[in-house]
Amino acid sequence: MTDQAHLDIDYVARLARLDLTAAEKEKLGTQLDAILEHFEALKAVDVSGVEPTAHAHAVENVWREGDSAGPVYGPEILAAMAPESRDNQVVVPKVVE
Amino acid sequence: MPELYHQTIAELSAALEAGSLSSVALTEAVIARTDSVEPKVQAFLHRDAEDALEQARASDERRAAGKTRGPLDGIPVGIKDILAVEGQPLRCASKMLDNFVSPYDATVIAKLKAAGAVLWGRLNMDEFAMGSSTENSAYAATANPWDLERIPGGSSGGSAAALAAGEAIATIGTDTGGSIRQPAALCGVVGMKPTYGLVSRYGLVAFASSLDQAGPMSRTVEDAAILLQAMLGKDPLDSTSIAMPEVPDFRAELKTRKGPWRLGVPREFLAEGIDPEVKANIEAAIDWYRQQGSEIVDISLPHAHLSVPVYYIVATAEASSNLARFDGVRYGHRSAVADDAISLFTKSRGEGFGDEVKRRIILGTYVLSSGYYDAYYLRAQKVRTLIRRDFETAFEQVDAILSPTSPTPAFKRGERSDDPLAMYLSDIYTIAVNLAGLPALSLPSGFTSDGLPIGLQVIGKAFGEADLFAVAHAFEQGHDFHLAAAKL
Repeated sequence: MTDQAHLDIDYVARLARLDLTAAEKEKLGTQLDAILEHFEALKAVDVSGVEPTAHAHAVENVWREGDSAGPVYGPEILAAMAPESRDNQVVVPKVVE
Repeated sequence: MPELYHQTIAELSAALEAGSLSSVALTEAVIARTDSVEPKVQAFLHRDAEDALEQARASDERRAAGKTRGPLDGIPVGIKDILAVEGQPLRCASKMLDNFVSPYDATVIAKLKAAGAVLWGRLNMDEFAMGSSTENSAYAATANPWDLERIPGGSSGGSAAALAAGEAIATIGTDTGGSIRQPAALCGVVGMKPTYGLVSRYGLVAFASSLDQAGPMSRTVEDAAILLQAMLGKDPLDSTSIAMPEVPDFRAELKTRKGPWRLGVPREFLAEGIDPEVKANIEAAIDWYRQQGSEIVDISLPHAHLSVPVYYIVATAEASSNLARFDGVRYGHRSAVADDAISLFTKSRGEGFGDEVKRRIILGTYVLSSGYYDAYYLRAQKVRTLIRRDFETAFEQVDAILSPTSPTPAFKRGERSDDPLAMYLSDIYTIAVNLAGLPALSLPSGFTSDGLPIGLQVIGKAFGEADLFAVAHAFEQGHDFHLAAAKL
């Protein structure tokens, strides 16, 4: 790998839906480039024919067998957790014109 | 006899059983101790003495009625601020969850309640369990009880410090890359990460779902065994939880599994980057096992040195996905200056998350993004397979593996705050264990010349908890490091 590892922080912050200040972008950008350099060691490993591990133990999808859904919370409990709610509904800024 | 608040579950449950102690008296002693030392230690984010005393009274009433629930009944156990306890605040030490109150109990918490434990307080941690020093808490700087200028380790730093300071009889932590074992080592207590899947993650705020496990922190290996027994079990609410084919009585097995064992020492772990005093301490521990008749086997974990990059790709990728739920809509912090849907997300997240969480979300989003997925995330998952295979090969020859828990003793506050990579490298001996899903435990193995605790890590086979406890218990019985208490 000859290219210097580099992360386009504006692009990635947009993907992550994360507002960063200019100072944060500068600091994070430098730190993350150093961390990406450290990741370069992985490129030297021969992984041909190696299966990826997503979980430490093999897990299979689980299908419900007509059992009950377990605890269910009333809308008044769930809506009360929202930063703003009205009539048991979550209030958000207008999303359609 | 040590003060009540420095005794073990085994000792205190015997006193409760004999009628020479009540849970109320014990809980009052723990509360008074906490009131006295907490200004120095700052291990708690929240505590409710009246609520704890009410639980203690209920325990005493059960006992009087002959309906006691076992060794944990009436024992004050501190809880990391990442596990949901119905009606209590849950903040994950983050501004993002400043006003959040749990609507239900985590499965681990429900099990501890069923065992009669007195749930005591919310313990400080690195924000969303991301860190190795508890300096990433948005609320409090927890001190190491052995040296108040130093960090307690992390991310379960509050759980370790509270225990070392006598502010709880045992605590619960969570471990994604060493977050139980490293603070246990740095604070001179026992910390145990179970086999992945043994303990339900329901109600544990997710950081990296394929790695997270809750586990016990305690003064002795026997106490950890008692706690794990109460915590484990397959849970229909966590599809990754696994039923152990036959669950041993861990505490009883301590008396029957006496060794000698075949114990592996990974040569890579004592090679470089380790503090000389820590190295000498671990070598002395290895010698002790040899003198007791165990066979010490030189083993190799040739991919272990890649654990840090693999972990910081896999864990941040999972975190970037898990933390997408904090969007300012349904719960948690909402920005007051957002004027449309997108700025509601971006500003709420920008205001609510701290530096390390932002760093990891950005990193995780990057390694999953188009054009980089194969080079980083997929490749890291393949190297994870190689790391797991290294352990499988090693465990064909040995019963358990011995290593340091942390390459250094507790460092000074602020020493690594501006160097995330240096902080990440402090997890070098613990994270391979999470990647492979294995159980491991840190126990006190001595002190540096400055009086700072050192921890020995014992790694077991998957679902080999009974042997893991037995190997660690043997060392503990042969030494008295676990009896030392920090002077506050």
